[in-house]
Amino acid sequence: MDYHFNFTIVWRHAWRLWWGLGLSLQIALASLAMGMVIGVVLAVAYTDGRRITRMLIAGYVEFIRNTPLLLLVYLVFYGIPSVGGFAYDATTSFIVTLGFYAGAQLVEVFRAGLDAVPPGVVDAGRAIGLTPLRNLFHVRLPTAFRVSLPALSNAYVSLFKDTALGSVIAVPELTHGAQWINFNTFRILEIYALLTPIYLVTGWIILAALRLLERRFAIVRPQ
Amino acid sequence: MIEAMIYALPFLGQGFLVTLAVSGLVVAGSLVLGLVLGTALAFGPVWLGLPIRAFADTARAIPLIVLIFTVYYGLPALGVNLSPFWAAVAALTLFKTGHVIEIVRGAITSIAAGQMEAAKAIGLSFVDRLRYVIFPQAVRRFLPPWINSVTDSVKGSALVSLVGVVDLMMAIQQVIGRTYQPMPLYLLGAIIYIAVNASLSVTSRRLEARFARVVAS
Amino acid sequence: MSEPVLSIRGLTKRFGTTTVLDGVDLDVARGEVLVVIGASGSGKTTLLRCVNALVPYDAGSITLDGVEVGYTAPGSGVRRSDRALSAIRADIGMVFQMFNLFPHLSARDNVALGLKVTRGMAKREAVARAEHWLARVGLADRMDHLPSQLSGGQQQRVGIARAVAMEPKLLLLDEITSALDPELVGEVLDVVRGLAAEGMTMLMVTHEMSFARDAGHRVVFMDQGRIAEEGVPKEVLGNPRSERLQRFLRRIELRTE
Repeated sequence: MDYHFNFTIVWRHAWRLWWGLGLSLQIALASLAMGMVIGVVLAVAYTDGRRITRMLIAGYVEFIRNTPLLLLVYLVFYGIPSVGGFAYDATTSFIVTLGFYAGAQLVEVFRAGLDAVPPGVVDAGRAIGLTPLRNLFHVRLPTAFRVSLPALSNAYVSLFKDTALGSVIAVPELTHGAQWINFNTFRILEIYALLTPIYLVTGWIILAALRLLERRFAIVRPQ
Repeated sequence: MIEAMIYALPFLGQGFLVTLAVSGLVVAGSLVLGLVLGTALAFGPVWLGLPIRAFADTARAIPLIVLIFTVYYGLPALGVNLSPFWAAVAALTLFKTGHVIEIVRGAITSIAAGQMEAAKAIGLSFVDRLRYVIFPQAVRRFLPPWINSVTDSVKGSALVSLVGVVDLMMAIQQVIGRTYQPMPLYLLGAIIYIAVNASLSVTSRRLEARFARVVAS
Repeated sequence: MSEPVLSIRGLTKRFGTTTVLDGVDLDVARGEVLVVIGASGSGKTTLLRCVNALVPYDAGSITLDGVEVGYTAPGSGVRRSDRALSAIRADIGMVFQMFNLFPHLSARDNVALGLKVTRGMAKREAVARAEHWLARVGLADRMDHLPSQLSGGQQQRVGIARAVAMEPKLLLLDEITSALDPELVGEVLDVVRGLAAEGMTMLMVTHEMSFARDAGHRVVFMDQGRIAEEGVPKEVLGNPRSERLQRFLRRIELRTE
């Protein structure tokens, strides 16, 4: 093995990594927000809806869950514009893909959250005269949301990892930055020796931070 | 749309087989490695457990695509030459092994400590304790998450197309390159992946039911 | 009752800074039923677990028919290999407080497993002996049942059958009735009484004082990791010398009233 490590060349381009890391975190946040909207709406529709609604939602969830994310990324970026006669930029397309992808997972999360709301609490809401919609917004959803918090944190970290796939349609996120440096400097081992810990440490930090945040919203707080 | 799909089908057969081969190799390889390492993590001494835990956590914390690129571009730099196919299979197997280790460890540690003691008390050796007492009980906890991870392996195998392996995903891209009709082809691809995963989950549900009957406690 | 089957000398066991067993000396003769009593935390259960080499200990020696149990030699500090430990444990039966039956195996297979795997018996022979012992503990009609389909008393009788079918030189019984509903205690103790009558050597931890009185040959009262009093049951239980034993017996009596 006669590979000589040389980090100086890599450092010159390292800004692409930091910039990409920032974009990755933002993409993950945007798609989480979109996924949460989809997730909440469909979870309520599923829980309160009729059979046909449930089947359509289950179809969406199963479609996303059993298709490779890579294929979904291509489908949204190349497929949909080809039949819709319009185009959008890679980053927007990728956020939309991840948003729908996260939505399918979060439907399940929020559904479990809604199921976990004790029936007595819903009855109590009814007893103080809340309409079903008000009961939903003031009682059921806030309770379900708090139950779902740990799963939301995990979803965010998982989405952050998934942003790496944006590189296949040239979204300038973290992995794409690494590949750019790889192809332009050929310092292959240095770049990946750097990339892996960046994902690892960032994942740890955001999970630790989110766990702290969860505690602030928790229903049962330590005295 | 339908014509485009029917036109494409014959060109996808080879790639479909490659997808099945990659998934099968990864599932088998990670199962063997994960069982050994997960068992070592559950019962082994700390000096053995720490590196296994570090490996499993790292493999699960970095994006699969990064792991594939690392192996694919990194190994030649180290003087190891693997074909794209085997480099991709190796990377996917490492990734999946991290998950299987965690599933195995969880399944084993869910078995009450008294089971191990009772097995010791009738004089079973370590290997026999695992074989007759721990594993038959742990398998019931192991199966559901492991089956989910098999579906993940099939989906994850699509990433091998990124290093030039002509799997189903790559075959779809190639047909699109000729017909310029992406939408029908991507939908067809989704349907095929869904069909594979659906048949997997039917099989696995039967398997689970069988084991649930065996250990009805 | 002549030569000791089990011989314990200076047994000392610490968990961190707490000394759980503090120089215990104890012999169990062949055919003897030795009952160990004491408050929780007095070290009785740990004593049994040391005898079966389930936990390591810090000093002293435990020998079964003259062979050191957990270590290569007394005081060597070197644990025996897993294989050697297995061979020794096969000669020591143990019945657990929480039964610890194998939930995935029928009553028959629970008893037959050790016979097949440890004793190397042919399957048919192992099954025949398992069925013999299950019949002996009154479970002839429960052979195919899984533990989850049996009552606590029935489960514990399977546990006893599993231990004695191995024909151990010594049977350890660790509070085997504490997890049972009161009405199920009798059926389990009857089985133990039958084994005692046949000359099975037993080291038994229990809170059943009336059983200790009429079935035990000797009683040992453990207190703070030491043997505080010992003697024939009528003497020790009927005429306790130390104040701690008196207090212990009063508490037990109140509970069982």
